[in-house]
Amino acid sequence: MEMVKVTVDGQTVEVPKGSTILAAAKKAGIKIPTLCHHEDLNVNAMCRICVVEVVGARTLQAACSQPVSDGMVIITNSPAVRQARKMNLELLLSNHPQDCLNCVRNQRCELQTLADQLGVQQQRFGTKTRPEYPKDDSAAALVRDPDKCILCRRCVEVCHDVQSVGAIAPANRGIKTQILPAGGVDLNNVACVQCGQCTLVCPVGALYEQDHTERVWAALADPEKHVVVQTAPAIRVSIGEEFGMEPGQVTTGQLVAALRRLGFDRVFDTDFTADLTIIEEGHELIDRLNNGGVLPMITSCSPGWIKFIEHFYPEYLDHLSTCKSPQQMFGALAKTYYAEKAGLDPKDIYVVSIMPCTAKKFECGRPEMSSTGYPDVDAVLTTRELGKMLRQAGIVFSELPEEQYDEPFGITTGAGVIFGASGGVMEAALRTVYEVVTNETLPSVDFTAVRGIEGIKEAEVDLKGTKVKVAVANGLGNARKLMDLIKEGKADYQFIEIMCCPGGCIGGGGQPIPTTNEIRKKRIEAIYEADADLPLRKSHENPAVKTLYEEFLDKPLGEKSHQLLHTHYTKRNKYPQKSVG
Amino acid sequence: MAIYRSHVLVCGGTPCLLKGARTIRNLFQQEINRYQMADEIRVVETGCLGPCDEGPVVIIYPEGVMYSRLQPTDIPKIVEHHLYKGRVVEELVYRERKDSKEISSKVPLEGEKYLDRQKRVVLRNCGRINPDLIEEYIANHGYEALGKVLTELRPEQVVEIVTASKLQGRGGAGFPTGLKWSFTAKTQADRKYIVCNADEGEPGTFKDRLIMEGDPHSIIEGMAIAGYAVGAEEGIIYIRGEYHLSIERMARAIRQANEHGLLGKNIFGSGFSFQIEIRSGAGAYICGEETALIESIEGSRGEPRVKPPYPGVAGLWGKPTVVNNVETLANIAPIILNGPEWFRSIGTESSPGTKVFTMLGDINNQGLIEVPMGITLREIVYEVGGGIPGGKGFKMAQTGGTSGGCLPMEFLDMPMDYDTLSKVGSALGSGAMLIIDDTHCIVDVLKSFMKFFCHESCGKCTPCREGNTRLYEILTALSAGTATKAHIQLMKDLARTMQLTALCGLGQSAPNSLITCLRFFADEIEAHLNGKCPTGVCKSLATQFEAV
Repeated sequence: MEMVKVTVDGQTVEVPKGSTILAAAKKAGIKIPTLCHHEDLNVNAMCRICVVEVVGARTLQAACSQPVSDGMVIITNSPAVRQARKMNLELLLSNHPQDCLNCVRNQRCELQTLADQLGVQQQRFGTKTRPEYPKDDSAAALVRDPDKCILCRRCVEVCHDVQSVGAIAPANRGIKTQILPAGGVDLNNVACVQCGQCTLVCPVGALYEQDHTERVWAALADPEKHVVVQTAPAIRVSIGEEFGMEPGQVTTGQLVAALRRLGFDRVFDTDFTADLTIIEEGHELIDRLNNGGVLPMITSCSPGWIKFIEHFYPEYLDHLSTCKSPQQMFGALAKTYYAEKAGLDPKDIYVVSIMPCTAKKFECGRPEMSSTGYPDVDAVLTTRELGKMLRQAGIVFSELPEEQYDEPFGITTGAGVIFGASGGVMEAALRTVYEVVTNETLPSVDFTAVRGIEGIKEAEVDLKGTKVKVAVANGLGNARKLMDLIKEGKADYQFIEIMCCPGGCIGGGGQPIPTTNEIRKKRIEAIYEADADLPLRKSHENPAVKTLYEEFLDKPLGEKSHQLLHTHYTKRNKYPQKSVG
Repeated sequence: MAIYRSHVLVCGGTPCLLKGARTIRNLFQQEINRYQMADEIRVVETGCLGPCDEGPVVIIYPEGVMYSRLQPTDIPKIVEHHLYKGRVVEELVYRERKDSKEISSKVPLEGEKYLDRQKRVVLRNCGRINPDLIEEYIANHGYEALGKVLTELRPEQVVEIVTASKLQGRGGAGFPTGLKWSFTAKTQADRKYIVCNADEGEPGTFKDRLIMEGDPHSIIEGMAIAGYAVGAEEGIIYIRGEYHLSIERMARAIRQANEHGLLGKNIFGSGFSFQIEIRSGAGAYICGEETALIESIEGSRGEPRVKPPYPGVAGLWGKPTVVNNVETLANIAPIILNGPEWFRSIGTESSPGTKVFTMLGDINNQGLIEVPMGITLREIVYEVGGGIPGGKGFKMAQTGGTSGGCLPMEFLDMPMDYDTLSKVGSALGSGAMLIIDDTHCIVDVLKSFMKFFCHESCGKCTPCREGNTRLYEILTALSAGTATKAHIQLMKDLARTMQLTALCGLGQSAPNSLITCLRFFADEIEAHLNGKCPTGVCKSLATQFEAV
């Protein structure tokens, strides 16, 4: 690699040619303040906060975008630089609501932090010069508050470039510039998949999840309600970050303890229905392979992905597995099997999910997700919302003892845990399908080829003579690539796992902020660590699942399964549905 | 081929057309037919003749008499007296100055300062030929330069000639054209593009429009030469959407050039192929910024890109792209034909050649002029421009359009060229020359400038999007008498931040007028702090002051 020498505030550092000033300064131990910059996204260099002096240049240069050249002399802390940064921040603040108390990101806001860092303490400009914008809470999972938007466009980058959805884009110009859903309609009326990746990158409180905490508090306080909670696989490796812990720590036991202290009547694990999903979906795959069904079969656990294919590839819906997601299977069983077992009236059971996902809030409200006559799931909390509730309750997460999930839905295997990472559903399915088809024990349960954050992964498995070719995609941009291959007839896979969010659920839109690719990698490592720690690693070995079939479901793909655990999909339009105002 | 004893050249530039030039042309033809002189006298619709606010304008050759402000009722008179009886209709002849009581009977092409001070390189054919006929362009040495480069010169020699001419971009920034071409020429790529920036949006500027309307082939020829020099086979002219006539005439010219084998495959059997297509803008000022223009061509929202990479290396569709202004390209053929030394003999040493200006505001001769670089502001205002109407005093000239700086009286003897203007915080820019007389209030004038930028900022970067509205806010406070001394400092700091940190030239240059005025008209601006508008323009202040 060709290296160049540059001087940053008097220190000479050597960096690879093409590095940005930001990177060079970092090497010199200087953290240049940034705002629109995000390490995983394209550089737009538009907030103009990270400006620095480059000796010889006519204007100040944006450190995030300007590449260094050999011999460049950079000054990051001159009066001109400080004044310019402060001025640009003051400009942003002058059109930003000043009621920080009334904001979901209060004390976790990059703008607020920056104002403190740059020492902006007074408002020298007049009142707002831009129009007042109403909140858009039309979508089931997400809220847009354009009044708070500082137009950094990270959301646009992630929506277009990473997710290839393009639901929101800049509209209008000058001071009237806004980030708007396509065609200026409400978010609910565009092809937004509600993945919430935008909420992860928003530096302020302009994009966030629909708040379900109040309804959960109300249910917990209601003596008539039997409130059960399920925790998605990814929560145990990320909730600690809400309390300042380093990413990548497995905190399953503390999570259970925390939920119990919040007052949930039963603390269950979505991993249980993840195991169940593997049984149902595995048999569905075997059935399709043996009986000439539609192939490749594609997983259906990820609600953002489901909405994506419904909007953008509606002609391929029969490729989707008909299995409900583990969240919804859990809810359906909680209000039937569990109700029976516990002797409860299903109307009194209130099911709360803790999900790394915003789209789960949309999923639980889908009309087909109430096959028991009640909604399968009543409330969905993101990891962030759970963090908020625990803080409100004064629960000191790091000091909690490790506790065990309740039975029966707390009995799980490693196969269920790895659902939280991209490739996990595939690996779990292969662990089971292999043994069911071949009647032999797997020599090794680790299918490492499908692990990791890489966008598209492929593998081939030999099921005693039958070769099964599989693919795994994470992030909808990669999903789109696979779908286009299918469309062009170039995909010779039998089974595909698609997860909406980069890295899988551990990188979901409901996870702690920040969630970057570096942090995703650490959470993925933690997921496989949790898998390896469990005595059982294969879904079909889960004793509680076996009992469930014996006592209630009868057999995979049986009548009860079809009624409670399987679903259907809806063709949707990719263009805006109605215009507003 | 018929030989005509007289030619009636009717100005077909947009300003004259708006004032009814086409009716005038039709009436001339009708009257000439009535006198059965159709085979002796030819009526031609040409490009712009220059004095735009005097339209409709007509020149009759061989006498070279210019008639202005023509009404339909004047035409039978001119045809009867001038064309039939041979007597000039004195009372309709173009008078140089509105204030002049004397009617000039001189032939205005010779002797009048308005035209005398001009040097026509870019406008060589404007108003002299019919822009819709390629034959007329060819008859005036058109496409000779293209022939010369394709048959006698290697591409690198063409770049050398343009570099040696020291031609600078005429769109605003004044970047050396030869250097720009050399970047693209050196970059290896399977495709390269020549983009002609004809998205002329600077208020008060309409030179590119009139060049396209008056001599479209000069741009085509310049683009083809540029294409040969840098190795591009595709050209795109991005024309401001409102320029209907420019689009129409450019499209016709491209079609004719294709029909004559001057565009298309294997031009002159040289093996060089070049195609041009037209794209039209949709009304955003920002799309005149080259990277925003490229975004617009690609179908995206018109917003500047982060540079580097520069378009010369990675521009349209990521390919090396030369973006040149209309006037720059119109200079190319004469430079090739006459040589770089000839070009450098015009104008000043550091800024050779001519500059096309559009003069407007408080000046007698409004319209299109082409003068050698280095001409002083005084010469432009008082000689070419014919002075300020109504006997009022000169207050300032804004050069380079709304993004340019404002020059007070002290600068009247300053030569107009790139270097000198940039030293005082202004720019030659687009070539708009707005003259403002001493009855206007500087705060009021600045308010109107800033309002423009509030409207035209694309909204991408913070300093431009937010800053312009804040500058406008403070100026409004000044004119309402509510501003404080701290506001002046805040305005200075903000303007400086915009210059230093805005993403593109729009935001960087938006405060230029304000910064120069804070320097040259500090007293007048600060008077507003004390509740006084010296010119009495700021109404609320005027009332306050009188009441005291």
